[in-house]
Amino acid sequence: MLSKLRRSNRLVLILLLLGGGLVIASLLASAFGAVTVPLPDILKMALNKVAVFDFSPTWRAVDETIIFQIRLPRVIGGALVGAALATAGVLFQGLLRNPMADPYIIGTSAGAALGATIAMTLPINLAFLGFGLVPMAAFIGALATVILVYNLARVGGKTPIISMLLAGFVVSALLAAVMAFMMSMSDRFGLNLHSVYSFLMGHISVTSWGQIATIAPLVIGGIIGARFFAFHLNAFSLGEEGAAYLGIEIERDKILILALGSLLTAAAVSISGLVGFVGLVVPHAMRLSLGPDHRLLLPASALAGAAFLVIADLLARILLAPVEIPVGVITAIIGAPFFIYLLRHTRREYAF
Amino acid sequence: MVSLQIQQVYFSYLDGLVLHNINLSIEAGEMVGLLGPNGSGKTTLIKLASGVLKPNQGEIRLDGSSLSQLSRKSIARSVAVVPQQFNIPFAFTATEVVMLGRTPFFRAFAEESEIDRQFVSNALELVGISELKERRFDELSGGERQKVILAMALAQQPKLLLLDEPTVHLDITHQVEILELVRRLNVERGLTVIAAMHDLNLASLYFDRLILLKEGRVSADGTPAQVLTEAQIREVFSALVKVEPHPVTGVPHIVIMPKGSAIKRQ
Repeated sequence: MLSKLRRSNRLVLILLLLGGGLVIASLLASAFGAVTVPLPDILKMALNKVAVFDFSPTWRAVDETIIFQIRLPRVIGGALVGAALATAGVLFQGLLRNPMADPYIIGTSAGAALGATIAMTLPINLAFLGFGLVPMAAFIGALATVILVYNLARVGGKTPIISMLLAGFVVSALLAAVMAFMMSMSDRFGLNLHSVYSFLMGHISVTSWGQIATIAPLVIGGIIGARFFAFHLNAFSLGEEGAAYLGIEIERDKILILALGSLLTAAAVSISGLVGFVGLVVPHAMRLSLGPDHRLLLPASALAGAAFLVIADLLARILLAPVEIPVGVITAIIGAPFFIYLLRHTRREYAF
Repeated sequence: MVSLQIQQVYFSYLDGLVLHNINLSIEAGEMVGLLGPNGSGKTTLIKLASGVLKPNQGEIRLDGSSLSQLSRKSIARSVAVVPQQFNIPFAFTATEVVMLGRTPFFRAFAEESEIDRQFVSNALELVGISELKERRFDELSGGERQKVILAMALAQQPKLLLLDEPTVHLDITHQVEILELVRRLNVERGLTVIAAMHDLNLASLYFDRLILLKEGRVSADGTPAQVLTEAQIREVFSALVKVEPHPVTGVPHIVIMPKGSAIKRQ
């Protein structure tokens, strides 16, 4: 039915549906937790904040604090992480023409993890724009690794994609070895292994609006920037040479798309550690259901990734409350069966 | 209609010189076939003419402007390339692939316009594959795919069409259909065509002018009758052939002479 609609109408409809899904997911995630706040109350609180409405409070003052100071920043943080990772996944899969590509494929994960681990051993405690040392080190580690990989793969003014994948693999292995070494010597380095595992398995740690204010412009700017390259990515499906025949400046585009994807990933990693699965599977799921056109795929994946991670984070908080499950565990446990289902039941048979 | 001037062009890959001092002038509306053995530089010359490779020395001019001065986008607005084959990893439909040909005319964030859709459906019709438009590219046969790629190139509204052995993997029906179509576009619309060809007889039938390359140099340039002589084919391809006039058109027709082992028992 959807495919019968005119392209532009279909696009708007799909994005509205996914956007609606994100809103519902966010409301649910705000309502449930250690304290349950009824949905109508949340809506009234929100309307009181944003507009001229003035509902008389039917809720406790502490509920309002919970919603606005604790849950909402975390929900929005989760949405930003999911959107950033899914968008970066689409960018890397499209640019590298590799179905196994995820936001971490060229070394961001290893770089971020090592950066974070080193930061955890340092006896310094400083904060910048609401961020502690660990998220900053993760952000810098991720970007520094991509820059290193890109330059290692660059030969004679060109950066062949195969060289980049291989350089990314090797650099990741090297950084992972350094990290394994530090973990095995955790006593000497004064390293808390639990914190390291928590970072590696993903945990959305947003504690203030300040972090959101820093990350949101990066992520939203990155997503808009990615959409700018949508038809370039379509052309890249013909390979680099084919894209060049269609008027794409391939070396320039490669560096810009990589930079965008890496920035999105680094921003996500800095508040969530390494959440797996979202960046790999959400783009595939969207491609399976909506087709490969990046003009729709990019915004759809951003919205779906956001909704998916918001729900995953809600489950991570409530399933074994008061214990929190790492969100990366949830993304894999609910993501994998869902993806297998899609893979086996889609009408538009999958090709990558 | 555009002309192409290749002036004193030298090109080498990292491991050796491929083209030596190529000088060619191709006028608007010509249909030119590039012939030569594997490794003689045909594909490289096509890539140089498309601007994706840059000469080490010399200059290539498209209608008087040096290719090195033009952006990729402006080149792609008048030059389209059909390679031997494309591998497209995603499940695009034929229409979506042909729409890729409109890429040089897209602007960021803008949706494809009615004009773009018109060009796409015209191109599908011109190539005679309108019935394939909803089919998935990766499920088409080799010949159908090559027609989709040709339609994509035509959706680009090129004035110069470059083809790199466009029929090399196809059966004879598709080979003829594609060359017939390209010829018709050349005659009816004045589309300038340069094609690397491996089949000497097809080249002889469909092209006005043939350029024979040997080890990166132009070894003959002229009409099929001037270029496809027994002596030159032996010289360039080291192949023993007999050249006869084509029974209908009279252009040279090359008959391969068997060597001893291929002679069948009577």
